Amino acid sequence: MALPLDTVKKVAGLARLQLTDTEIEMFSQQLGGILDYVAMLDELDTSAVEPMVHAIELTNVLRDDVLAPSLPRADALQNAPKQDGRYFLVPAILEG
Amino acid sequence: MGLSDLSASELLDQLQSGAVSSREVTQACLAAITVQDTAVHAFLHVDAADALQQAAAIDERRVRGESLGLLAGLPVALKDVLCQQGQPATCASKMLSGFIPPYDAHVVTKLKQADAVLLGRTNMDEFAMGSSSENSAFGVTRNPWDLSRIPGGSSSGSAAAVAARMTPVSLGSDTGGSIRQPAGLCGIVGMKPTYGRISRYGLIAYASSLDQIGPFGTDVRSVATVLEAISGHDPRDSTSVNQPVPEYSKSVDQPLTGLKIGIVPEHFSAGLDTEIAAAVKSAIDVYRSLGAEVREVALPHAKYCIATYYLIACSEASSNLSRYDGIHYGHRATSFKNLNEMYAASRGEGFGAEVKRRIMLGTYALSTGYYDQYYVKALKVRRLIRQDFDAAFQQVDVIAGPVTPTAAFAIGEKANDPLAMYLSDIYTISANLAGLPAISLPCGFTTGGLPIGLQLQGRPFDEDRVLRAARMYEATTDWHTRRPNG
Amino acid sequence: MSYDVIIGLEVHVQLQTQTKIFCGCSTAFNPDQPNVQTCPVCLGLPGALPVLNRHAMRLAVKTALGLGCQIAKFTKWDRKQYFYPDLPKGYQISQYDLPFSFDGHVDVDTGSGEPRRVRILRAHLEEDAGKNVHDESGRGRDSQVDLNRAGTPLVEIVTQPDLRTAAEARTFLQAMHSLLTFLEVSDCNMQEGSLRCDANVNLHVHQPDGSKVATPIVEVKNINSFRFTEQAILHEVDRQWELFQKTGKTIKDAPKTTRGFDPDRGVTTPMREKEEAADYRYFPDPDLVPVTFTDADIEAIRSEMCETPVSRRARFLGEYQLSAYDADVILDQGRAVADYFETVAKGSGDPKQAANWVTQDVLRELKERRLTLDAFSINADVLMSLLKRVSDKQLTIKSAREVFLLLLEQAEEHAPSTVRIDAIIAEKGLALVQDTGAMETAIAAVLARNAKAVADFKSGKQAAVGALIGQVMKELKGADAAVVREKIIAALS
Ligand SMILES: [Mg+2]
Ligand SMILES: [Zn+2]
Repeated sequence: MALPLDTVKKVAGLARLQLTDTEIEMFSQQLGGILDYVAMLDELDTSAVEPMVHAIELTNVLRDDVLAPSLPRADALQNAPKQDGRYFLVPAILEG
Repeated sequence: MGLSDLSASELLDQLQSGAVSSREVTQACLAAITVQDTAVHAFLHVDAADALQQAAAIDERRVRGESLGLLAGLPVALKDVLCQQGQPATCASKMLSGFIPPYDAHVVTKLKQADAVLLGRTNMDEFAMGSSSENSAFGVTRNPWDLSRIPGGSSSGSAAAVAARMTPVSLGSDTGGSIRQPAGLCGIVGMKPTYGRISRYGLIAYASSLDQIGPFGTDVRSVATVLEAISGHDPRDSTSVNQPVPEYSKSVDQPLTGLKIGIVPEHFSAGLDTEIAAAVKSAIDVYRSLGAEVREVALPHAKYCIATYYLIACSEASSNLSRYDGIHYGHRATSFKNLNEMYAASRGEGFGAEVKRRIMLGTYALSTGYYDQYYVKALKVRRLIRQDFDAAFQQVDVIAGPVTPTAAFAIGEKANDPLAMYLSDIYTISANLAGLPAISLPCGFTTGGLPIGLQLQGRPFDEDRVLRAARMYEATTDWHTRRPNG
Repeated sequence: MSYDVIIGLEVHVQLQTQTKIFCGCSTAFNPDQPNVQTCPVCLGLPGALPVLNRHAMRLAVKTALGLGCQIAKFTKWDRKQYFYPDLPKGYQISQYDLPFSFDGHVDVDTGSGEPRRVRILRAHLEEDAGKNVHDESGRGRDSQVDLNRAGTPLVEIVTQPDLRTAAEARTFLQAMHSLLTFLEVSDCNMQEGSLRCDANVNLHVHQPDGSKVATPIVEVKNINSFRFTEQAILHEVDRQWELFQKTGKTIKDAPKTTRGFDPDRGVTTPMREKEEAADYRYFPDPDLVPVTFTDADIEAIRSEMCETPVSRRARFLGEYQLSAYDADVILDQGRAVADYFETVAKGSGDPKQAANWVTQDVLRELKERRLTLDAFSINADVLMSLLKRVSDKQLTIKSAREVFLLLLEQAEEHAPSTVRIDAIIAEKGLALVQDTGAMETAIAAVLARNAKAVADFKSGKQAAVGALIGQVMKELKGADAAVVREKIIAALS
């Protein structure tokens, strides 16, 4: 069952993805198909099963509070699409 | 016989004895790339001067009698998902076109410590999402066995480069089969180790709880050697496990006695190509002939693995890929009215269709109202799948089966049917969900001359046994010695 | 109609670690050198991974124990997803459904006898974002992003809506400040943003039929001073009350909205509404593993914690019989001053005197010299020795002040010490005269010189004795005034 176009648009908004109308239409069909397929999981009663987030059961992995060298600023900024040698630059953020 | 005909382990012997220099081996690889890669397109970036310089430095150190690392002088190609300081890392995405990481991935540090020669960066499905290389923003990689066919994916270039003997070994990453599936379709050996065995630090994430780096080679021994060099605990990855690393390169040739092999009836049911079924069954017969005990084991939740995988992987991916926002690095659109539009336009332009599809699916699965129904449900089924394996490994040491349901398909064949494409990972995905080590090795050819892979899966951190079991088979067969156009 | 004001706070506290929560970059406040405290991890570069700072976790647990919270045996990290330029990964690593601590309380003095118990719903550990620097010119130039702060460890403390006035909210924050600096988990420097709060405010309006209706909740975000918190809430209460009278809109008619506080105008202003309702899509961070605590772990952390200011205040009032005023003055100065006071109080045997000296002499000198206590040349042991000489009747209070000032004056050449105290006493002849012979001689001499005063006293003018005492004291340089008085009266009767 196709995913409603409004839902596709809403999800694209959440994910900050600009989609063309063609893409919206295509994803509506394809995501609908995938969701129909994954609905097979509903056959399983998992009420007594603990979710498994990790493939391994590790706990308490911690590091000591010891300084490590930071990157030179030029390296930190080198991949930025727009920067002024000190800051990353973005279009004006309106607050208030 | 030319240098490029030798396996990595043979090359290492020759390098060590001084029969060849690293410069010669590297030169041979660069020459092979020049000749073949126009057709295959396995590489995205080769810095020949840099590679030769690395090789010369190692040769010099060898001449001086310095002690050298496990891979001294051996060229290694890297999937474009691994960060190497000063070299581009694009993940085959327009989004990261021009991105130069200021740091080395842990495996890159390990390779440097092992004195390997970093040869170049290989093509892949964009952000490791795909099974064919058709999702690369920089063009498709072709299967060296048949240039009209896909090499598998997402580690497409790393597999094709080894298959075409453009590099003796390479690294890939495997989230749902992205090493094993292309290894199978390209007729080489590829291994995904246990989750946590190799640090993910510097591996550009697709799905963090499933991603694992692993090696490709033309034979099991080469893969064992590279695995040994790149494994081990890394305090920079919280999911890296602090376990001793066995000397796989030394133990790989020791056959196993009393080996118990499990086969899963569901693996041989509908959807599996008959030639593949036959090849895998005869491989299992080889094990019987070697004295292994073969018994059936049940993996009752196997059929749910694709649904489980896509929900978990896409959920994680939707989050992992939110860092590509055109602000701190990566593609930024030029036309937008405000910040919000800048995000959406940059991401809309920077990502390809499959990446967008998975971000959409994952965003949906994590959103309010669907989180429990999709994401949490998948995590619960993931545990059931793991429990199936735990039970099976009470009875057997390794589980043997096919890698893929079909041999390499034609470029374009499944491009418009994402679900059909997803189903090509049906046999490989469960090892990622359960975190198990698994290897793919050649076990035959179709009548059309396309490679067929055999998959062996093992217990967590039992890479040693999986490698030895693989080598036992390889030692009695010659599939791995065949090569395209020869 | 009347109304109750309902206030809940979310307090963000930066923990005092050397390094960030998930990487080894410095947490130093460094706004003049943007983007020099970053690495692949806190820049959110592709492939970089977080590892939790052990010390941050420990300080967070201390904070929660100070708030009387329960510590969870199992806690984990979740990703909170939203896009903002100061958030390089597109998500904040935070805690969602299993915070490391919950169910605490803080009692706030309301000034009306009965303290207000503010329940703590939860406290969780998370990473801070970076800082966006906006173009203030109004010409729409690019905003600048500095990621030095990105990844600083924060504890977010969420209260139940138990506060009832703006003043209470301010007092609560001050209590937080006192607690957290005492525990040395945070420097709580509000100018540098180490302590910030969001205030959730609404009104419960009493209806003529005895029922109550609630106005829509407003969250005032990112307030960075005690005073602004109070002002913002006061303004918000007035605004909501006016709005309610005008529109009658209740919590059922309007969703929660967020506002900012403009300190220049003293008003709250609407924040830009997001285009879609916030959906943070929290899920467990697969790059981090859970943290577990045993009872022994928690006790170990508890055992290395110092006393909280609340319990210390109770002890100052009981054990040392201080006035509430003195106790508060001392505790408001923070743990170092409280420790200083206790050393002096215990060693000198006169807590009341110790409190006077600390709250007056010491604090005055610190203020005048713009010093913090650790840079003050008279340490607690020296002041204790000085006051001990007073309580042992070897020195008058007045002489002790003289010694105190001389110690400070000469601190450059001679570090103040007990030896220095005695040297100054000897030099200036300030030792109390215990030799009654000398005192009697001085009294006789003074009486002989002051026939008029003697006559006045004998004729019933008790006050005349004061002048006589003064002269004797002057003669003796150091003497106990009460003893002198006694002896003069005896001589005259
Ligand atoms: Mg928060
Ligand atoms: Zn950092």
